[in-house]
Amino acid sequence: MFFLVVRNISIFFGGLAALSNISFSVNKGEILGLIGPNGAGKTTLFNVINGFYRPSEGDVLFKGNTISHLKPHQICTLGIARTFQVVKPLRRMSVYDNVLASAFLRAKNRSQAEKIALDILEFAGLYDARDLISKGLPLGKRKRLEIARALATDPEMLLLDESFAGLNPTELNESIEIIKKIRARGITMMIIEHHMKVIMSISDRIVVLNYGEKIAEGTPLEIAANPLVVAAYLGDMASA
Amino acid sequence: MKKLIPPLILGLLIIVPFLGFSSYLMHILILVIMWAIIGMAWNLLGGYCGQVSFGHAAFFGTGAYTAGILYQKFGLSAWWGLPSSVIVVTLVSLVIGFICLRLRGPYFALATLAMGVIMRVTAENLVDFSQGDLGIMIRERTWVGKTWYYYTVLFIAAGTFYIIRKVIESKLGYYFVAIREDQDAAESLGIDTTRYKTVALCLSGAFTGLAGAFYMNYMGYIDPKVVFALHDISIVAIMVVMIGGVATFWGPTIGAIIMVLFAEGVRSIPQLGAAHMTLFGVLLIVIIIFLPNGIAGGIPKIGKRLRLRGVS
Repeated sequence: MFFLVVRNISIFFGGLAALSNISFSVNKGEILGLIGPNGAGKTTLFNVINGFYRPSEGDVLFKGNTISHLKPHQICTLGIARTFQVVKPLRRMSVYDNVLASAFLRAKNRSQAEKIALDILEFAGLYDARDLISKGLPLGKRKRLEIARALATDPEMLLLDESFAGLNPTELNESIEIIKKIRARGITMMIIEHHMKVIMSISDRIVVLNYGEKIAEGTPLEIAANPLVVAAYLGDMASA
Repeated sequence: MKKLIPPLILGLLIIVPFLGFSSYLMHILILVIMWAIIGMAWNLLGGYCGQVSFGHAAFFGTGAYTAGILYQKFGLSAWWGLPSSVIVVTLVSLVIGFICLRLRGPYFALATLAMGVIMRVTAENLVDFSQGDLGIMIRERTWVGKTWYYYTVLFIAAGTFYIIRKVIESKLGYYFVAIREDQDAAESLGIDTTRYKTVALCLSGAFTGLAGAFYMNYMGYIDPKVVFALHDISIVAIMVVMIGGVATFWGPTIGAIIMVLFAEGVRSIPQLGAAHMTLFGVLLIVIIIFLPNGIAGGIPKIGKRLRLRGVS
């Protein structure tokens, strides 16, 4: 049985099909990369899985149960956490309070939540920054705070939406290390990323979207060699 | 040290009646404390949870009318209004929340504004039930002096302060602030935003309703234009918090002191007449420009300025 199944998902905004008939599945413990040019529908797909959008057609199954009619908070409680491409820190709260707020989801009481939050901060390398107000953080730390906050809800699956965009090389390496550590915890991940080197190196499999349609699926090597993908996406990079 | 401040202040307030203040001064103190309750209640919803309400008069008036109608229609003591108002206002909050909380930001504010007005019009027109514009008058006063009214309102205020403080330090408080900062992020972190906004609204409404029920007992007379007033209740509730400091523990209390003293002071100048509302507006503008976080939120800033001036 697949961990997460996306089955014939379509979503229309007015007359525009933002996603049309998308199907793929994710195995437990794997890292699935999701790539595609701007406007291909990657974040829309995350919003469907996460419950912000209700699909016009098709459904999403998590561990065999359909979740496409649930609200985001219910889906998070089931074990799917996400980060946002445009980071949404709880701005006037400290880094620690940000993580604490989401740690309450699984904690029975405050002291347990505090323990979870401190563990996660340590894990994500934000322990030293815990008392800073999150709106003043540099982008790299804010992206990592997104990941830490999602992790504090103790998810089984993590949806990472461009968590590497705009990072400098040092931050990039730190974030890749964290992704590897998250994987070692047995958390399944779906990652949207434009940074080809990163996505090719960390993904087990990759799904490629273009204009709301799935144009390819396969291992990084297969994807890199796929002429459709090269035309739609990598071709632009090659000529640049 | 900091933990000792609230009991210390409470202790001081308990001895106040023994100081032999005039009954006018006691009246002012009672009003300050009553407004501190309303401010704290508004602050829970508007300050911590970020749901700005322009209709807290709806809760205040409902509390007052609960007490009044118990007396008028059922012949009970209006003091039964205190516990009953909690129940009635919570139910009203659930209805208001169901209607308004699906709206966000300014739309929520406008919807609550409408709610306050709807409640007033309802109270004016349900003549058989609420006596309409005639209002409700309690013919026999429980106490002649102010002392026991003072202790009653002080007790409610202390309870409100304690409960709100506990709530803010708990999981609920973190959820409220998370919702204020980013509702979508909160939702995706597993927070049932509709549910927790409703909880904040009910708590806020219930405390405001308690203040309303007390008002009925204390003033002895209410009518729809007084207790459901937009400018005298809903707007003043916001101003108390804005001036004192949004999302701070002491802000509403500081704001209540300033607002009540300011209002009384201005009213005592006969030449001004109804112009005190204008002065409220000016005061609010000054606060927003110079102390956007209110007085409680701006204390560190004020201290810094004074120190700098002392050095130079």
